[in-house]
Order: sequence, then C-alpha cells, then structure tokens
Amino acid sequence: MTEYEAVIGLEVHVQLKTKTKAFCGCSTEFGKEPNTQVCPICLGFPGVLPVLNRTALDYAIKVALALNCKIHSPTKFDRKNYFYPDLPKNYQISQYDLPLSYDGFLDIDLDGKDKHIRIRRVHLEEDAGKLIHKESTSLVDFNRAGIPLLEIVSEPDINSPEEAYQYLVTLKSIIQYLDVSDCDMEKGSLRCDANISLRKKNTIEFGTKIELKNMNSFKAVKDALTYEIERQKSLLSKNKAIVQETRFWDTKELKTFPMRTKEEAMDYRYFPDPDLPMFIITQEKIQQIRESIPELPREKIQRFIKDYGLSLYVAKILVSSKKDADFAESCLKAYPNKDKKTLVNWLIGPLLQEANTRGCGLADLGITPQGLNELLGFVEKELISNLVAKSVLTEIIEKHKSAATIIQEGNLIQISDTESLEKIAKKVIQENPRSVQDYKGGKNNAIMFLVGQVMKKSQGKANPKIAQELLKRLLNE
Amino acid sequence: MGIDKETVKYVANLARIELRDEELKRLSEQLKQIIDFIDKLKLLDIKDVEPTSHILPMSNVLRDDQPRESLPISKTLECAPAKEENFFLVPKVIE
Repeated sequence: MTEYEAVIGLEVHVQLKTKTKAFCGCSTEFGKEPNTQVCPICLGFPGVLPVLNRTALDYAIKVALALNCKIHSPTKFDRKNYFYPDLPKNYQISQYDLPLSYDGFLDIDLDGKDKHIRIRRVHLEEDAGKLIHKESTSLVDFNRAGIPLLEIVSEPDINSPEEAYQYLVTLKSIIQYLDVSDCDMEKGSLRCDANISLRKKNTIEFGTKIELKNMNSFKAVKDALTYEIERQKSLLSKNKAIVQETRFWDTKELKTFPMRTKEEAMDYRYFPDPDLPMFIITQEKIQQIRESIPELPREKIQRFIKDYGLSLYVAKILVSSKKDADFAESCLKAYPNKDKKTLVNWLIGPLLQEANTRGCGLADLGITPQGLNELLGFVEKELISNLVAKSVLTEIIEKHKSAATIIQEGNLIQISDTESLEKIAKKVIQENPRSVQDYKGGKNNAIMFLVGQVMKKSQGKANPKIAQELLKRLLNE
Repeated sequence: MGIDKETVKYVANLARIELRDEELKRLSEQLKQIIDFIDKLKLLDIKDVEPTSHILPMSNVLRDDQPRESLPISKTLECAPAKEENFFLVPKVIE
C-alpha cells in the first residue's frame, strides 16, 4: 500500500483584547446586548473615517516579534471586497501585499523533540459581525464587527494532527504570555481553519488541498484532520480524484462535509484602503516592543529545569500559564529546602487537583507561597500525614485559614507515640483475623490493608510508618 | 485593454448588479473608453518612481485605545430594513 504524508497549514485568527475596536472607539466588551457597541464607522456609513487603534498595532507587533517575524515597514491596509450580511461595509479592512510581518517561525515540542514550523505572515485586520441562524431568517449582531483581529498563517510544515494540536497549544500559550488576547475558543477569541492535502511519502509535489472550517476546539481541529486524512487516503487508494473544496467539521456527526461551493473562485478585488495612510514602524518602536516581551514558555521551561532542578515534564506543567508559572516560581523561591521534590509533588499533585476541580489556575486558589510552605512544614516534620495535609489544603482554600489554625482547631497532629498507636493496632489485629492470617501465611501486602485500618480508626492521624512497624512487631511476636 | 461583454457581466455580478443586454453593450463600450484613457499612463516612463498607494504625505495616523459612546440602539436600528428585537434581520444565509 502506498504510504501518504499529510501536509497541513493552519490559519489562526486571534481577537486582540484592546478596550476599543480597531478603527473606532466602540467598546469591545464581550456579552453585551446586541448592536449596542456600534457606531457609524464600524457600521460602514458613507463618509466616515476609520483611525487605527495604537494599542492594536502595538499588540500585533508584539505577537509578530514573539513569533520571530520580520516587520514590514511601511505597512498598509487593504479592502477585501465581498458581500455577506455580517460585513456591514461590504469590505473587510485587512492587509494584502504589505502585511505587518512575515517570515517567522514557531518551535513546537513533540515528545521532547523540537519541530520548526515556519510562519508565513502575521497581519492585522478587523472582525466581522455575528450571525445567529433561525428557521427561515438570520439575525445580525454587529458588536463584534471591527474588533481587531490577528491573522497568523503557518507554512504547510505540519505533518500530523498531533503536530497541529501542539502548534495551537504552543501558539496560544505564547499569546497568553504576551497578554494581548484571551485566546478563548468558546468565546470565539481564537479561531482556526486548516488546509490539508496528502502526498506520497518522500515526494515533493503537493496534493489537492482541502480547506477545513468550523472547528471549535483544539481537539476538534485534531479530530477533523484525522478524519480528513482517512477520507482522502481512502479516495486516493481507489484512484479517485480529490476535489479542491471547503469542508466543514460537523461536531455531532464527527465528519467533514462539503460547504456549498460557489461557481467561481472568490474574487476579493483587494485594493489599498484610501482612508488609512501608510504606517511606518521604526527600529526604535520595534526595539521598545521587543523589550516588553516577557520570558516566553520555552525559555522559562529551560530556566526552571536549570535553576530548580525540575524535570521537563514538571516544568512544562508549571509554565502552561504565565500566572501559574509566576506563582510556582514564588513557591520555589520561598521553599526553604534545596531539594524541591516535596514542594513540586504538591504543586502538580494536590494543588493542581484542587485547581482542576475548581476550574481555575494554581495561582487562583488563594493560597500563598508562605501558606503552602507552612503546610509542607507540618508534613516534613511528620506532624501530620499526607492524607490529613490534603484535607487541610482544601480547608485553607475554602476557609482562608492558616494551616496552623486548622491543624490546631481540628486536633490533627499525627499520633506518633507508640502507646496510643499500639492500642489501635491491637484492636485492628483483633478485628481482622483474615488479613492477619494472610500476612502470617506470607502475603506481605496484607500489612498495607492493616495499616489502612489503623489510619481509618485514627481518622487519618496515625503516623503510617510507625503504625506499620508496630503492626509488624505485634504480628511477629 | 479590451473590455468585452463577458468581463462586464462578471464585474456586474461581483457588484450584484443585474444588467439588461442593451445596458451590457453600452457599458462595455463606455468602460472600454475609460480603460483606454487610463492606459495612456502606460506611455509614461516610471522606472524611477516608487509605487504609491496613497497620495497624501501622511503616515501613522493613530488614536489612543479610549472607549467612547456608541450609538443608542434606537438610532442604530432606525436604518435597518428589517429587525427583530435588537438584531438586524436578514434572509437566511446558510441552509
């Protein structure tokens, strides 16, 4: 059977989180009453004059630089002409032949191996309105029309759905570090289209390209690409031709379907927008923005490994958001021991678990690095067991009390004195003759069950190590 | 550059204008004259002239990211041919 290779390029649109739209002073706030954030400019009335938002341009340059792009100066805006009810002017202000930036790249991590994905261009444009489809009509809300949008186009350097997924995750995390977009696919502040074709392995010529739309999560992008690869493979193996078309991902059927195709290719008749004079981006400006770029995830991972002795796996988890990475670093700095293992296990264990249950980040749990250290101090001195410590953590988060207060109020200090423990252990031995037999019969695992029973009887307060030693001694007597 | 009827039809379609046959014929002739006139620019020697997209000696016209009032909804929907609640209403655009 012929082996095929997928050739994938992604086109990502990211809404910039400016306070106002790209070319007018209307608010960009999400979730407002329909058509309350519009004005003659974003509604495309005749005779109005769009003026570019300074912050939108700065944000766009910031992303372009973080993606290693070259900046075009001067850069200009063009009109992309087409008719659609969500486009009030009948043209979109976009960039055509002098995009803001070009020729960048993004390195993605594939199980510890790097892959270099080239970026063709990053340009600035405006968003369209939102359509809500009903039985026989469509409703239009223009609140979104004119919100600044970045278009980030990759070269077709992506060769699998997994690579596409990693590209998106990496891109999103960089943009969030730059603090220029929420990148929330559910709110539509990040959207992704894909181009995909297959070619025989080790050949250069591209196959026929399919454009995929309507993928509303990173997972959907992965699933749609996986489906499309199989569909195209099966066509090619039957010697059937692939028709160049746009297909949409059906989230319910989990299949791609062709969109209704127009007779002729779209002719957008781009031309320079006469309302928007050229933009010259000076070296000083580029330098100034470059300096404002924070340490990005890749560099941070390397530094965490070097400075705190973390594994790649742990470092990757901790830097997934800038806020969490900053929180983790404060904890690492405040933690008194040189070996960070206990702390790290707590960060990516119980703390992450608490964060996941609450649908928030580590930094949003409300526990301070000092508060966490206090709790870990009790654990390390073996004053409380891990089990108790976990419930104390939950209480710190929920009741905003300190570890010391909770432990004192709940009388939670671990029972380490042999005398009290011996009483419990004896009782456990008495009540579980079966496990005692098993243990004496050579089943070493049975001891763990008995330790568990001691823990249970002591409400988690028994020192498990001492309990185990004690049980062994009593059973061997 | 010649402008034939097909080209005019194509452009008319892009602009969503429906033209009768006699209009097509008349417009083809007129457009041809216009294009021929503009074609005279080709006679100029422009090898030392930079490409221009804007005629005004202006650049970097920017505004600060400061919100200002939007239109009141009543005003916005005043010019809508059809509306429903606070939305503009249009014929359904997808199946």
